[in-house]
Amino acid sequence: MKAKHQRLTLAVLALVALVGAGVLAAFALQDRANYFYTPADIVAKQPAAGQAIRLGGMVEEGSIRHEADGVTVNFIVQDGTARQAVMYTGITPDLFVEGSGVVADGKLTSDGTFIADSLLAKHDENYVPRELEGIDMTGNMTKTDTLVE
Amino acid sequence: MIAEAGLIALWLAASMAFLQFALSAIGLVKGQDELFKAIRPVAIAQGVLVAISFLLLVWLFVRSDMSVKLVVANSVAIKPLIYKISGAWGNHEGSMLLWIAIMGVAGACIGIFERNLKQKTLVTTLGAQAFISIGFYAYLLIASNPFERIFPVPADGQGLNPLLQDIGLALHPPTLYIGYVGLSIAFSFAVGAMITRDVGPEFAKAMRPWVLGAWVFLTLGITAGSYWAYYELGWGGWWFWDPVENASLMPWLAATALLHSVTVLATRDGLRAWTLMLAVVAFSMSMIGTFLVRSGVLTSVHAFAVDPERGSFILALLAIYIGGAMALFALRVGSVKEGSQFEPVSREGALVANNLLLSAILGIVFIGTLYPLFVEGMSDEMISVGPPYFNLATGPIALILVAIMAAGPLLRWRRDSAKALLNRISIPVFLTAAALFALVLFTTSMSVLPLVGMALAAGIAVASFAPLWKRNLRRTPMHTYGMIIAHFGIAVALVGMASETSFTEERLVAATPGDEILVNKWKIKFEAIEPVAGPNWTALEARVTAQYADETIHEIAPQNRMFASAQMQTSEAALLTRWNGQLYVVLGDSDEQGRWQLRIWWKPFVTLIWYGGVLIALGGLLAMIGRLRRASHQKKQRAYAEAMI
Repeated sequence: MKAKHQRLTLAVLALVALVGAGVLAAFALQDRANYFYTPADIVAKQPAAGQAIRLGGMVEEGSIRHEADGVTVNFIVQDGTARQAVMYTGITPDLFVEGSGVVADGKLTSDGTFIADSLLAKHDENYVPRELEGIDMTGNMTKTDTLVE
Repeated sequence: MIAEAGLIALWLAASMAFLQFALSAIGLVKGQDELFKAIRPVAIAQGVLVAISFLLLVWLFVRSDMSVKLVVANSVAIKPLIYKISGAWGNHEGSMLLWIAIMGVAGACIGIFERNLKQKTLVTTLGAQAFISIGFYAYLLIASNPFERIFPVPADGQGLNPLLQDIGLALHPPTLYIGYVGLSIAFSFAVGAMITRDVGPEFAKAMRPWVLGAWVFLTLGITAGSYWAYYELGWGGWWFWDPVENASLMPWLAATALLHSVTVLATRDGLRAWTLMLAVVAFSMSMIGTFLVRSGVLTSVHAFAVDPERGSFILALLAIYIGGAMALFALRVGSVKEGSQFEPVSREGALVANNLLLSAILGIVFIGTLYPLFVEGMSDEMISVGPPYFNLATGPIALILVAIMAAGPLLRWRRDSAKALLNRISIPVFLTAAALFALVLFTTSMSVLPLVGMALAAGIAVASFAPLWKRNLRRTPMHTYGMIIAHFGIAVALVGMASETSFTEERLVAATPGDEILVNKWKIKFEAIEPVAGPNWTALEARVTAQYADETIHEIAPQNRMFASAQMQTSEAALLTRWNGQLYVVLGDSDEQGRWQLRIWWKPFVTLIWYGGVLIALGGLLAMIGRLRRASHQKKQRAYAEAMI
C-alpha cells in the first residue's frame, strides 16, 4: 500500500467513525430527548401518557400535600394559565417550597397525574432554572424580606 | 491598595503577553534571532506577574476586604479560612483569573523547562500561547474585572453558596483548570509546528510530557468532581451527564486520543496531521467547555451568572482561536508529509482504532450536549438530553474501545499477525468469557451494558499486565508501568461502574427514632435527632447506627444544614465505607407525626470508580516521569558521546 493510499484509508475511516457517531447520535436523540413542557403546554399539546417529559413551573401556594407513607408528596405546578398535578416519591430538594420554581422529570399517567422521577428546585438565590426564565412568577413568590420582620 | 496592586499586576502581565506575541511574530517574519533570546524571560515575567495578581485576589478574600465587590458578593467574614481561600475562585471573575494565571504560569514553565524543541518552533509556540492569553486578558480586564471596588463599603459579605463550601471545591476547579489550560500548551505546540512546518518524532517527544501532565490533572479533576457530586448533592449518583460534566469530559476524550496518537508520532513518525488536529481539538474542547459553563447558556450548579455580554465575548474568542487554528491546519495539512506506514494489524492499527472510537464518543457527547441549544435556536421548543441518550449511544462504543485497549499493547509496531495476537490474549479472552457466563448464570438484575462491562473488566485487568510477560521487570521502562497501571485503572473503574449500576439497593422510609431498617446485610437503626452547630451553620443531625452482618456497630450522622448567611439548606449525606462498598444515608424532612425521611443506599464496590480514576492518573504520572527521565538520560549520553569525539 502506498503512503497516499494509507492516508486516504485513514481519512475515510475517520469520516466513517464520525458519520457513524452522528447517525447513532441522531437515532438515539430521536426517542431519548426529553421535551420541556409547562402546564399550559401540556394542555395545548396533550403529550401521550408514558412519554418521558420534563415539566417546569411554580409550585402552587398551599398545594403541597404529604401522603400517609411519609415519603410521597403531591403538589400542583402552575404557570399562571394552567395547573398540573404532580406526584413524587422521595426526598424533596432542599429548596422545594411553595411558590418557588421547580423542574420535574417524569411522565404523565393515563389519569392525567404527572409522576416525577426527579425534582430540581431553585439552586440558590441567584439561580432560576433556565426553562423558567420566561415565566412570570411575581404574583406567587413569597417575599423573603417580609418574613424577617 | 491590594486590589489596585492586583489590577496593575494584571495589566502588566497582559502587556508582557503582548510583548511576547510581538517578539515572536516580528522575529519570525524578519528572521532576527536576537529577538528570540528575549522571549523566554518575557514569558517567565508574564507568568510571575499574573501569579502575583491571582495571589493578591486570594489575599483579599483571606482578609475579607469588603471594599471589593467580588469579595462582598462571594464571601463573608465568619467562614473557615480554607473556604475563604477557595471562595476566590468559586465565582466567575475569580475563576477566569485562575484560568489565565495557570495559562501564564504554564507559559513560564515552557520558558524555563522546554529544552528539546527547536528554537524556531519554541518561539512560535510561546507566541501562540501569548496570543491566546491576550484574548483572555482582554476578557478579564474589559468584561469581568475581579478587583472592582464597591462604594459604600458594606458591613459584611453575602457569603458563598453553601453547596460550594466544601473541600471538594477547594481542589476540584484548580485541578481541572490546570488540565484544561495545560492543553493550551499542546495547542500552541501544534500551531507553532504548523507555522514552522516542523512536525516529526522530535516535536512529538517534546510535546508528550505536557500532554501527559495536562491529562493527569484532567483525570484527577474529573474523578474529584465526580466524587464531590456524589457525596455533596445527596442524590447518590456519580455521573449525571450534566452539561458541565460533559464539558470536562470532552477535553479529556480528546486528550486521551491525543496522548495515544502522539506516541505513534514519537515512535513511528506516523499520524502527523491527525496528531496536530487532535491537539487543536483538545484545547478547543477546553475553551468550548469554559464557554458553556461560564456564559450561562446552560443551567447548572456551575453557572455562576447569566450574562449575555460575557457569553458573546467568550464566543468571539472561541471563533478567533478555534477558527484560526482550523484555518491554519487546512492551509498547512497538505505540506505535512505523512510518515512511515503500517499494516492494519499492528500497534499503530490498534492506536488508530483507539483514536477513531474516542473521536466517535467525543462526537456523540458533543452532539448531545449542544443539541438542546440548537433546538432552542431553531424552534421555540425546549428539550433536555440526559442519561438515557448518553448511556445508549456511548456505552457500546466505550466497551469496544476497552476491548481494543486490552489487545493494543500486546501488538507489535508496524506489522503483526492476528493469530499471534490471539495466542497472546487467550487467557484474558477466556477470563472474559468465563465471567460473562458466571454473571449470566448467577445474577438476575444486570442489564446488557453493565454485564458486558464487568465481564470485559475481568479480562482487561489481566490483559493490562500481559506486556510484562517474560520481560525483565527491573529493565522494563517506567512509562510501560505507567501504561499498565492506567489500563488496569480502567478495568477497576469499570467494575465499580457496573457494580454500582446493577447491584445498588435503595430504601426510602419515614422513620421515628428507634426504628430499624434493613438494607441488604445492613441493620440500620435510627436513634435520635439532635441539633448541632458549626462555624457558620446550624444543623439537624440524625444519629444513626449501622451494622453490617454481625460486625461492629458504626455511628453515622447525616445532617440538614442551615447556613446563616445564605438562608439556605443543604443536606449532608453520611457515608460508611467498607472494602466492598459504601452505605449512603440522607436525611430528609420531618412530618407532623414526628417521622423523618431517610433515604438509604447500599452501593457495592462503588468506591472502585474513583480508585480506578486515581490509578489512571497515577499511570499517566508515571509515564510522564518515565519519559522525562529517559529524555534527560539520552541527552546526557549524547553529550557524553560528543565530548568523546
